[in-house]
Amino acid sequence: MRPRTLLDKIWDDHVVEELEDGTTLLYIDRQLVHEVTSPQAFEGLRLAGRHARRPGAAFAVPDHNVPTLGRDQGITDPVSRLQVETLDANCAAFGITEFAMGDVRQGVVHVMGPEEGITLPGMTIVCGDSHTATHGALGALAFGIGTSEVEHVLATQTILQKKPQAMRVVVTGALGLGLTAKDVILAVIGAIGTAGGTGHAIEFAGPVIDHLSVEGRMTVCNMAIEAGARSGMVAVDPTTLAYVQGRPYAPTVGQWEQAAGAWRTLHSDPGAVFAREYLLDGSRLIPQVTWGTSPEMVTDIRGRVPRLAEARDAAQRAAWDKALAYMGVAEGVAVEDLAVDKVFIGSCTNGRIEDLRAAAAIAQGRRVAGHVQALVVPGSGLVKQQAEAEGLDRIFTAAGFEWRDPGCSMCLAMNADRLEAGERCASTSNRNFEGRQGRGGRTHLVSPPMAAAAAVAGHFVDVRELL
Amino acid sequence: MQPFTPFTAVVAPVDRANVDTDAIIPKQFLKTIQRTGLGIYLFDEWRYADPGEPGKPAAARLPRPDFILNRAPYRRAGILLARANFGCGSSREHAPWALLDFGIRCIIAPSYADIFFNNCFKNGILPVVVDEATIDDLFCRCDPQAATAPMAATVDLAAQRIELADGTVVHFAVDPFRKQCLLAGQDDIALTLTHAGAIAAYEQRRRVEAPWLFADLAG
Ligand code: SF4
Repeated sequence: MRPRTLLDKIWDDHVVEELEDGTTLLYIDRQLVHEVTSPQAFEGLRLAGRHARRPGAAFAVPDHNVPTLGRDQGITDPVSRLQVETLDANCAAFGITEFAMGDVRQGVVHVMGPEEGITLPGMTIVCGDSHTATHGALGALAFGIGTSEVEHVLATQTILQKKPQAMRVVVTGALGLGLTAKDVILAVIGAIGTAGGTGHAIEFAGPVIDHLSVEGRMTVCNMAIEAGARSGMVAVDPTTLAYVQGRPYAPTVGQWEQAAGAWRTLHSDPGAVFAREYLLDGSRLIPQVTWGTSPEMVTDIRGRVPRLAEARDAAQRAAWDKALAYMGVAEGVAVEDLAVDKVFIGSCTNGRIEDLRAAAAIAQGRRVAGHVQALVVPGSGLVKQQAEAEGLDRIFTAAGFEWRDPGCSMCLAMNADRLEAGERCASTSNRNFEGRQGRGGRTHLVSPPMAAAAAVAGHFVDVRELL
Repeated sequence: MQPFTPFTAVVAPVDRANVDTDAIIPKQFLKTIQRTGLGIYLFDEWRYADPGEPGKPAAARLPRPDFILNRAPYRRAGILLARANFGCGSSREHAPWALLDFGIRCIIAPSYADIFFNNCFKNGILPVVVDEATIDDLFCRCDPQAATAPMAATVDLAAQRIELADGTVVHFAVDPFRKQCLLAGQDDIALTLTHAGAIAAYEQRRRVEAPWLFADLAG
């Protein structure tokens, strides 16, 4: 048989029918649902008199709108409250399991899924959210969809898709001390650009990826979408199996061996052909910091904001010019000279336990700079619980960080956590678009230890000096 | 969904690359539980000088006079001329909903982000792909400063052609299935449900091969 990629294997397992027009009717094993992109889908089902075909294959959680302070008072913003209440009502009506706001399992949808064992290797997983790519870290094919497709999957348990092309990003060598999965993916995006993976599913491979924890792999896959790819994925290995075993929705004794046996085949065969390949030397990586308004506008902590004269063409020059103006940075300025007003540690990119551990290691015994407000927002209630059991919350609060309740928070500022116009933020989230963290706010994407380092120094600083 | 019949409308050029869905519709408007009514918030941060909030009355807003969609004939634009990688970023379907609610039924650009491209078809918007050279030419012809401004165009999906008021004709390719769905105003779900037999057969086979995937159906 022709050698197959990981993408081929999962895809082939889920083909219900090839349609004449070249699209495929693809079976979906899991659908994750949150409050922002689902109300119109449920409304559509209701209007057409349709039900959910397999309600047990869907799991819901409110995350984007939930407050991270004063939860016991409920949601004060009436518009946000209505959206969350609408999710509660829709899940009850359509028979879908929901981890509602008071539930310890509530959290960012992409943190919750893997944590509960709802995300399993070999699955097809969709969610009305572009960062669904995260789940590919477990050897699944996961991609974001629009609300019409959410409705389609609820009604039919399938989706109409054209198969993406397979791309492989190989990260060689070994990461230096203080370097993280976040630096890897930012460097990849910087190299291939925000459209570098368009039309592709990116498989991340190589020694650096092999040595990452599943949490780290999730950070990498999470931002595949920022490289233009709808899916990121990593082959199944013993690290994956150890992560999955024992989680609430993972297969138990009777089926574990059979499942694990099938999952062990989930890797690209030797000789499998990729449409594109990109190689990154992980050993040479230096902590990454974005300087502009697109994730590809990235440099390292030893670097400088580019000069317009260095742009490769007029289009890039124009984009840089706009970005420099919006970000309020001068061309050629050293990244270390940029002072921050706020720091955000959290999100589906970097809101997991190892992210909080890495940030706490820097915070320990230090103080947040006087002019900085720093937020730590665990990715889920369980992450929060675990962190508190390890005493991380006390390290953070002693250092002057605010310890919050789980949710998307300042990643996209739909709740009360946001940047004011002109404020500069070191953020562990995934998007530095104009206005993303608040109108006029200026976002620099970094890893959790780099964010913690910026909080204590009051400006960007090479975290390796604080280790 | 309305069938996509030929129409003539003003072309509004938005001359920047990588326009993301946060720019098309900022997040504070994602709290709605409806599909309609988002047109007034389209490109909110570019269109208004004051911060937009859901429910803020239009009369209280401060439109930026230099933004294209705030200027007289472009307020009723039906076609958007755009640059590469249009619609990147968040998967929010609120972006095509906002465009459609404003009155945009066709976008012309050299490339789109995948999810946005898909979402357009599902909502009766035609995203046309044309090469960079043609796009550059169209930007010249539709330039609001040009003598011929404002430029109108007629979009004919059945014939796969766009004709500008100055006689310029652009032919475009489109996936035949998507074309048919747009022309008929067809609902994808109804179409897929005609394959219900195949879906059930797949599930039956898969439950034997991979029973752990069907724990919710056990018993
Ligand atoms: S944490 Fe940010 S990127 Fe992730 S799902 Fe929430 S809003 Fe989206």
